Amino acid sequence: MSRRGLLGLLGAGAAGAAVGAASATGITMAATSAMAGTGSGGGAASAYPFFGAHQAGIVTPAQDRLHFAAFDVASTLDRTGLIELLTEWTDAAARLTQGLEVEEGGAVGGSDYAPPADTGEALGLPASGLTITFGFGPGLFTDASGADRFGLAARRPAALESLPRFQGDALQPERSGGDLCIQACADDPQVAVHAIRNLSRIAFGRATLRWSQLGFGRTSSTSTAQATPRNLFGFKDGTANLKAEDGSALDDHVWVQSADGPAWLAGGSFLVARRIRMIIENWDRVQLGEQEQLVGRSKGEGAPLSGGTEFTEPDFEATGATGTPLIDTKAHVRLAHHSSNGGARMLRRGYNFVDGNDELGRLDAGLFFLSYQRSPEQFIAVQRSLAADGLNEYLKHVGSAIFAVPAGVREGEYVGQALFA
Amino acid sequence: MFRRALAASAAVTALTLALTGCVAKADLAQAIAVDITDDTCAVATPTASAGAVTFALENHGTDANEFEILADDKLRIVGEKENVTPGQAVQFVAQLEPGTYYTACKFQQVGAPIGLAEFTVTGEASAVSADEQALADQAVEQYVDYVRSQVAELVPAVEAFAAAYAAGDDATARSLFASTRVPYERIEPTAEAFGDLDPQIDFREVDAVADGLEWTGFHRIEKDLWPPAAGELNSDGQDALAGWAPSTPEQRQQFADELVADVTQLHDLVTADDFAVSLADISNGAIALLDEVAAGKITGEEDWWSGGDLSDIAANVQGAGVAFGAVRALAESKGDDGEELATEIDTQFTALEQALAAYGSLEAGFTDYAELTAADTKALSDQVNALAEPLSQLTHTVLGVAEPES
Repeated sequence: MSRRGLLGLLGAGAAGAAVGAASATGITMAATSAMAGTGSGGGAASAYPFFGAHQAGIVTPAQDRLHFAAFDVASTLDRTGLIELLTEWTDAAARLTQGLEVEEGGAVGGSDYAPPADTGEALGLPASGLTITFGFGPGLFTDASGADRFGLAARRPAALESLPRFQGDALQPERSGGDLCIQACADDPQVAVHAIRNLSRIAFGRATLRWSQLGFGRTSSTSTAQATPRNLFGFKDGTANLKAEDGSALDDHVWVQSADGPAWLAGGSFLVARRIRMIIENWDRVQLGEQEQLVGRSKGEGAPLSGGTEFTEPDFEATGATGTPLIDTKAHVRLAHHSSNGGARMLRRGYNFVDGNDELGRLDAGLFFLSYQRSPEQFIAVQRSLAADGLNEYLKHVGSAIFAVPAGVREGEYVGQALFA
Repeated sequence: MFRRALAASAAVTALTLALTGCVAKADLAQAIAVDITDDTCAVATPTASAGAVTFALENHGTDANEFEILADDKLRIVGEKENVTPGQAVQFVAQLEPGTYYTACKFQQVGAPIGLAEFTVTGEASAVSADEQALADQAVEQYVDYVRSQVAELVPAVEAFAAAYAAGDDATARSLFASTRVPYERIEPTAEAFGDLDPQIDFREVDAVADGLEWTGFHRIEKDLWPPAAGELNSDGQDALAGWAPSTPEQRQQFADELVADVTQLHDLVTADDFAVSLADISNGAIALLDEVAAGKITGEEDWWSGGDLSDIAANVQGAGVAFGAVRALAESKGDDGEELATEIDTQFTALEQALAAYGSLEAGFTDYAELTAADTKALSDQVNALAEPLSQLTHTVLGVAEPES
């Protein structure tokens, strides 16, 4: 299926879903700046402030749709040009997130003899909760040949380097890495795509798309006000996620602290992106009981197999009549749990994806995993623990990238300005 | 995961029970003599009437032997008498329904069957007593026998293969690679139940590297035998020469010895008195073997350097067929739904076998996986899925309960 065709399908479904979600939950649109980062809204028409202490799109209640893009900077770009690009991206993002065109009158207000500055497909659509989040990949600091093209090498966070190899990795270079990234989340896929499309257009000649990923159906809730969604295994995903309301836990686990260094990244975070293909055809042939054993939770309620309801803490010590653990030693919930990983937690913000099908007629489907953490070590610890995960038989990691996400932008500044100070 | 041969499973619908023990004198008169030596297995009469068939075994050889009655797939063991010692004469009774079987012996109780000969049972099928426990016991017994027979074949095959590899006789080792793996691939889920053994025997390089384990076993040897050229990639897109070098003669000896030790340990484990499988193990094993095919082999990732994936696939499918055959009578005893399911599985097994047969056979060898077109692999994949869907219903039908066994 062509990307164009896929977008059409997603668009049709998404508009209805977003409206339905808003009316079903009685959420009313609230476009107040107080919602920045910690809002509990999320209707189709809401707008989140672009400026703030932290970039939006991290603890913002996870929107329903995603368009994620990774860019390579052009070999001809210099430091001044990079700053200009970030400045133009910032200005455009500040407008787009408020439901505006990329510039005033951009779509149809210009000369008949010039192409419109805004591509126009979001005309008449509300902001739809759009957030645009920028990140910097390792290649921005030192390129593949070791060159320090932008005078940033000394400022690279020590932890910002390609992730180590993990069990189940079958990484494709064309789906991995990137010097820059933009995460666009919205409740309307057309709005998210509009953002990436226009930001990509702005970058022509300076940065080019390396890979991008559409996501539908958030697989995590990032606010206690949100119901836990399901991934394509059919299980609730993100029950134990860090959430906007967790307060100090966010400082402990998500936001880079001043003492962590480097100073320019304080208030920012590390973003890990993984395109995880699910072998869903095989999964669908697994018995319900085995599916639940592999996950460690019931499929309906999402309760841990040690008992209780969805938000009951799993009891990994509990054993059944035969003395075997109620939650299997290889169950996903056990291996991923912070108690198994030295307390490591992450804020996950993944999305389901289906990109047509592969050459064998299997849906090219899975989880586009996104997690924000104070240090990549948190992700690495959990992913290493998951080497024994029984679910691995149904998973294949085909894309991987890591980015340093700078702190929020103040009005009049550009994203990541502290890095260049 | 599990095992079993498809063609055979389709044909053998009769319930067979292997019995040993006391035999009434009246039966001895009709006993069929079986003259066993180290390299022959002469059954005096190749036919019998349905019912209790008595064999009078006599071992004229130099070491312990074993007599087996195989289903017409020549894989599934429907009856066997183990440990017939030199000079021993012993009777063995098998309850056989009408159909085609094969008789064979197994010198020293390991290796491939010796003196394989067709054996025909005629007459009326006996009224099947659908006593479920008897059917369940029979399924487990058949399956355990099958696992043991396959591992018994595996050990000497691996010894020969490893010896050629260690000696630097690459041509011989290459010629043995695919066939040596066959008995293993038929019963791979059993090996997987023993923790580290399957990784040591059958890990692919990409998995071993990711797990931080020392890479050993079949695929380590495979890469030495089909060494990559500069610029070639592993199945995960990484440079095939990165972190790899051809094994030294000392390393070859080490990998050869380890593989022999590992399959020998597997043999010890499955022949131990406490080795057991459950009904769910058997039926789940059938689908697990198909999933093995669907997940990695149909994409050519398993035998990346030798291109022997089709042989592995055929062996996996046979193994799944044997597992199905072991529980089939039980499934059919569950009423119309069970019979329909068994019929559907038969149909799809046959179709998959035919699809594979277009590319060769386990005896004659298969086409190199690299020669298959995208359309070829998709057609095979489609047929694997067509079989896997009904096969995935088997455990529920066999156990006949709402709650799966955990």
